[in-house]
Amino acid sequence: MKILVCISKVPDTTAKIAFSNPTTYDENGVTFIINPYDEWYALVRALELKETLGGTVVAASVGGADYEPIIRKALAIGADEGVRIDAPESDAFAVATELAQYAKVNDFDLILCGKETIQYNGGVVPGMMAEMLGLPYVFGASKLELKDNKVVLEREIATGIEVFESSLPMVVSAAKGMAEQRIPNMRGIMAARTKPLALVPSCGAAAATAVQQFEMPPAKSGCKMIPADQAGSLIQLLHEEAKVI
Amino acid sequence: MKTLVFVENHNGKATKAGLEAASYAIAMHAGNPADITAVIFGEIQGDAGLGEVGVSNAINVTGQHNSQSITDKIQSLVDQHNIQLLVCSHDNAGKEIAPRIAIRSGASLISGATQMASVGNGVVVKRNVFSGKAIAEVASKNNKVVLTVLPNSFGVKKIGGSCAMSADSAAGNDQVKLVEVKGNHDDAGIPLPEADIVVSGGRGMKGPEHWSPIEELAKELGAATACSRPVSDIGWRPHHEHVGQTGIAIRPNLYIAVGISGAIQHLAGVNGSKVIVVINKDAEAPFFKAADYGIVGDAFEVLPQIIAAAKTFNANK
Ligand SMILES: Cc1cc2nc3c(=O)[nH]c(=O)nc-3n(C[C@H](O)[C@H](O)[C@H](O)COP(=O)(O)OP(=O)(O)OC[C@H]3O[C@@H](n4cnc5c(N)ncnc54)[C@H](O)[C@@H]3O)c2cc1C
Ligand SMILES: Nc1ncnc2c1ncn2[C@@H]1O[C@H](COP(=O)(O)O)[C@@H](O)[C@H]1O
Repeated sequence: MKILVCISKVPDTTAKIAFSNPTTYDENGVTFIINPYDEWYALVRALELKETLGGTVVAASVGGADYEPIIRKALAIGADEGVRIDAPESDAFAVATELAQYAKVNDFDLILCGKETIQYNGGVVPGMMAEMLGLPYVFGASKLELKDNKVVLEREIATGIEVFESSLPMVVSAAKGMAEQRIPNMRGIMAARTKPLALVPSCGAAAATAVQQFEMPPAKSGCKMIPADQAGSLIQLLHEEAKVI
Repeated sequence: MKTLVFVENHNGKATKAGLEAASYAIAMHAGNPADITAVIFGEIQGDAGLGEVGVSNAINVTGQHNSQSITDKIQSLVDQHNIQLLVCSHDNAGKEIAPRIAIRSGASLISGATQMASVGNGVVVKRNVFSGKAIAEVASKNNKVVLTVLPNSFGVKKIGGSCAMSADSAAGNDQVKLVEVKGNHDDAGIPLPEADIVVSGGRGMKGPEHWSPIEELAKELGAATACSRPVSDIGWRPHHEHVGQTGIAIRPNLYIAVGISGAIQHLAGVNGSKVIVVINKDAEAPFFKAADYGIVGDAFEVLPQIIAAAKTFNANK
């Protein structure tokens, strides 16, 4: 079993969001982490599969040198090999093209991604990869099992749980439930130092979209406080003033 | 701009998210709805609700489909009708189909649009980034564009009209098969992602046995119920109610948060709500900063008053 896990780098969930100019996120003082969906769910499930079935887990990223600590963290958690594709993360299409190019020449049985990055919230890189590789794809799976060379997946929807069956190889994007977060231990962190981290040249993919500017959402006009002993007046306010009921 | 809208079918009717995508496309073509065709797969009742939102032409493709066979069919419609814009909802189906079509047809994909797009050389549209803490204006580089529309951000606009439906068929694909839907609670109230009003409880509710005021208020308001992550983690409430950064993101018209502190990861999933009401006994709870209406008080004293007022309000409606 050879598994590719695509990991992206995102600002820590509590990081302040500011822009140093209209198109640039201000990274000053920001700590970066592995995108939670990629780390907690995709990577850990890949490691669990490897532990029961054998094989290798490759953690790959598209990005600059500042990606290396992120890939090392994936190695510390248990990935066998790291790969950094040396290309800018210009948009989902460019990232997917670089990843698909790498996957095409390295024959994976399973490609796992997160359901979206908490930074761009795009949720489309894995779908694009699946199409480029001509593979089946399920978005947002909360459970993944292998049975008789088939993949059995579950996805939570508002009205229940969908169960899918697919052939291998395939692409899956992972949501909450697929695995539990693992904290790297000292041995893992030591081992990560000597694990291979390959640098793969870019295939030169061009972006299909461009961010013209970032802006902050309009500020709330302030919170109207209602005294606790007049809580019932909320209903009238919601009806007459806010007009939402 | 010749446009195709993919509308998802649920039990014979267009989903709310699908109708939103259709409304979005109609609004983009104000005055020229003839340029828009909708496509809906599987068995439908009547026009599936498409006429009411202003769609005048639709294709109903019968048969069992997955996202791959839907992609095949949509791609053939794109070629056949010289489609330049495909609009889908940014939901499970849309996130599987839109990227495939973008790649196959060489279109630029912009996902999760939250505001109306402007069309010129390609398309420019705003979308949320950083879990709603910022907004990005994104431009397509190609003239061919695939857009996914974030559910609950544009709304369904019922403008009336009738829809001419033509029947079509297409071959299935069984690489990925939906084999079962477990624990189907289809009729058990309003699905959270589609709800206009959501009443949500946090750890301040003290235990699962204390949830009846939340449920009662939700019932009076015709709302769905939700919860914070620790509440679903400890099993007080089912996982599908968990909202936030790692749960689901919702954007209802009204979000009522009871006994929830307002951690940044929780806010990430609800800050797109139009109006936020916070009920918390701690006046310093961070959630008040994101709220429109706030009540400092004990949930178990505050909620009964609101429920009583909602009952009176409903009785006089
Ligand atoms: C990476 C990451 C991702 C996360 N993702 C999510 C997520 O998706 N969703 C999410 O919700 N959380 C998420 N969290 C957890 C989040 O940080 C908070 O811990 C969580 O939201 C707190 O839940 P809570 O407000 O219910 O509980 P608490 O923080 O314990 O707050 C309880 C609140 O209830 C109030 N209260 C107590 N008793 C009463 C009473 N009788 N009446 C009225 N008010 C009362 C208290 O004043 C307090 O403000 C995440 C955390 C991390 C690190
Ligand atoms: N730069 C990147 N390198 C590797 N994987 C990525 C990168 N960007 C996105 N991904 C993967 O694609 C998923 C969805 O990303 P997105 O479409 O940007 O929301 C992420 O959860 C990752 O698994």
